[in-house]
Amino acid sequence: MLTCEGLALRQGDFALDADVAFPRGKITALLGPSGAGKSTLLAAIAGFLQPVQGKITWQDQDLTKAAPGARPVSMLFQDNNLFPHLTAAQNVGLGLRPNLKLSAAEEEAVHAALSDVGLDGFGTRKPSALSGGQQSRVALARLLVSDRAVVLLDEPFAALGPALKDEMLDLVQGKLSAAGKTVLMVTHDPADARRIADMAVLVADGVVTQPIPTDVLLDDPPPALAAYLG
Amino acid sequence: MAHSPVPITARWPSAAAAALVLLLTLGTLGAVAWRAEWGSGLAPADWAAIRFTVIQALLSAGISVLLAVPVARALSRRRFPGRQLLITLLGAPFLLPVIVAVLGLLAVFGRGGILNQGLIALGFEPISIFGIHGVVLAHVFFNLPLAIRFILQGWLAIPSERFRLAATLNASVGRLLEWPMLRAVVPNTFLVIFLICLTSFAVALTMGGGPRATTVELAIYQALRFDFDLGRAALLACVQFALCVGAAFLAWRATANDPMGTGLDRVVQRYDTARAPVDYALILAAALFLLVPLAMIILRGLPGIMDLPETIWAAALRSVLVATGSALFCVSMSLALALRGGALVAVIGVLPLAASGLVVGTGAFLLLFPFVRPADMALVVTMLVNATLALPFALRSIAPTVAQVNADYGRLAASLGVEGWTWVRLIVLPRVRRPLGFATGLAAALSMGDLGVIALFAGEAEETLPLAMYRLMGAYRMEAAASAALLLLALSLLMFWICDRGGRADADL
Repeated sequence: MLTCEGLALRQGDFALDADVAFPRGKITALLGPSGAGKSTLLAAIAGFLQPVQGKITWQDQDLTKAAPGARPVSMLFQDNNLFPHLTAAQNVGLGLRPNLKLSAAEEEAVHAALSDVGLDGFGTRKPSALSGGQQSRVALARLLVSDRAVVLLDEPFAALGPALKDEMLDLVQGKLSAAGKTVLMVTHDPADARRIADMAVLVADGVVTQPIPTDVLLDDPPPALAAYLG
Repeated sequence: MAHSPVPITARWPSAAAAALVLLLTLGTLGAVAWRAEWGSGLAPADWAAIRFTVIQALLSAGISVLLAVPVARALSRRRFPGRQLLITLLGAPFLLPVIVAVLGLLAVFGRGGILNQGLIALGFEPISIFGIHGVVLAHVFFNLPLAIRFILQGWLAIPSERFRLAATLNASVGRLLEWPMLRAVVPNTFLVIFLICLTSFAVALTMGGGPRATTVELAIYQALRFDFDLGRAALLACVQFALCVGAAFLAWRATANDPMGTGLDRVVQRYDTARAPVDYALILAAALFLLVPLAMIILRGLPGIMDLPETIWAAALRSVLVATGSALFCVSMSLALALRGGALVAVIGVLPLAASGLVVGTGAFLLLFPFVRPADMALVVTMLVNATLALPFALRSIAPTVAQVNADYGRLAASLGVEGWTWVRLIVLPRVRRPLGFATGLAAALSMGDLGVIALFAGEAEETLPLAMYRLMGAYRMEAAASAALLLLALSLLMFWICDRGGRADADL
């Protein structure tokens, strides 16, 4: 379980309080209006924003003071998820070894991950020689090889077309979830949540609700969500 | 405290770089202030040097700007083959060793130069270039291109829609658009050039001299080198530092412009383009003024280049080594400071702008003199001082890109656990290659052509190429000096080109 206990996040005027537990091995969608703090919550879990109060734990291990790289958490951002000067295989390899000094077995794992996301033979290409969808697949392959159990998705597929985005969401479900990862995904599209998320929370008015099954939340939305959905 | 969104790198490299810059700027100043003979005050000759320094800088900046305005206007209005090449060449004087340019100017305007030969052939008296007009001429030669680039940038920054609007209103483009732009751009340009001319040493050394045309920098050199009057040299160094700080403060506040900026290849569509011949005449005159002296170096230097004495080749080798060391040192310090970032680093990055080579050199001389023979340290000190003086330019080139890499990839790298040397090696270095190559080339070329600190320290055995060339000129061996100048010019441009090229080659970013 990934828990936020009495977590208080402050950035200037912005305030978000979270007391919430995300179930292990499930995909949880974070829904809510822009500026409500969905990305801020992910930033705190990833270690980019230190809370003023409360703690973040994973399987009863306190992460609150750990550096971003020392947490069992990997993250995809809205953009810049690949280093443009490194090849696809190197970008994936960073998920195993931050210094890219890979053993033969690790090289093998990188290739396996690339073929797992349908990029067999693309390992030597640089991101500029890949399409937008292929770039997203490389980033997903990096999440796959990594032994970090928690995956945070801050709308990494927002720039893709609808069909391509759905394809990526299906990969998240079919590969990451199947590999046992705990996934938190920010989305502003309820259809994304319905497509793959087991659970969903609402981030609005400075608080985070407890996760409940996605369909339950969306079929009978609380007033704040109803106002957002329109 | 929040975790930094930027990967963690070690603190010591930036701390070491900052300490060295502080030692070489404020530390040497402290040594200078401590040794200065405050009691004796400034002699009349010193006051004359201060007056001359300020007057020649005012004149040089004023004339450069006055001439640059019509040329920049002509360049902004006309499109012709070779325009881009000409604008690129306008950036070259920054890389041109001062002493080379001086020799080129002498070949045109000097005693036996083509101008005087023409005057004599026409029955006029020859003119002498030495003195204040020589100093101003050389400064205008160096700074006119800079002024043209600055002001051209101002012209090209006026949106073309405004010219269209002015044309439909039949309004005066000059009063409506150009005058306000010039009022914003010209004072900054003037101040930057004024500052450059205040600290100019090599020009005054070669074109000035004598009690009537001595700058403060030159007076420091003479006090140290000929009179061995440490107290007076130190006092003058304090004066020079005060002058520079004042001007640097004004210039830094007044300008955020980048003289090496790109985007000058645009031609604004204009509707008031009568009088084309005048524009082309102006452009041609400016091009001839800048190119003929350089052509003379090549013409006069080429025949004797294989007959250069062995000592010149040895000096050239020394220069290349010093320039390489200085460039690597300068860029390493800049990178360390850029990785650290922050306000303190920004201050350290501009500090050397207020320092002058001679003040730093005098301070270093005072610090080292009790312990070692200064000549033994000549090359090392020159390397360190050159690296420090080039630091503001290198940092300005590197720091924005490093900041961009941090902004784009800092969080991703931090979440992957990429930090420290791995972050620098794997992510930062490949991504800042272009500005890094440019900065390395710039620092190498600046160090290669430097004739400042080295003149204070070096004996025969430590000569660099510019110093050897200066000594050839002093011995009236003009043929050999021209060949040495050509060699120096070629080596400076070659070093810049190799580094800049290295940064660009297959940089698929």
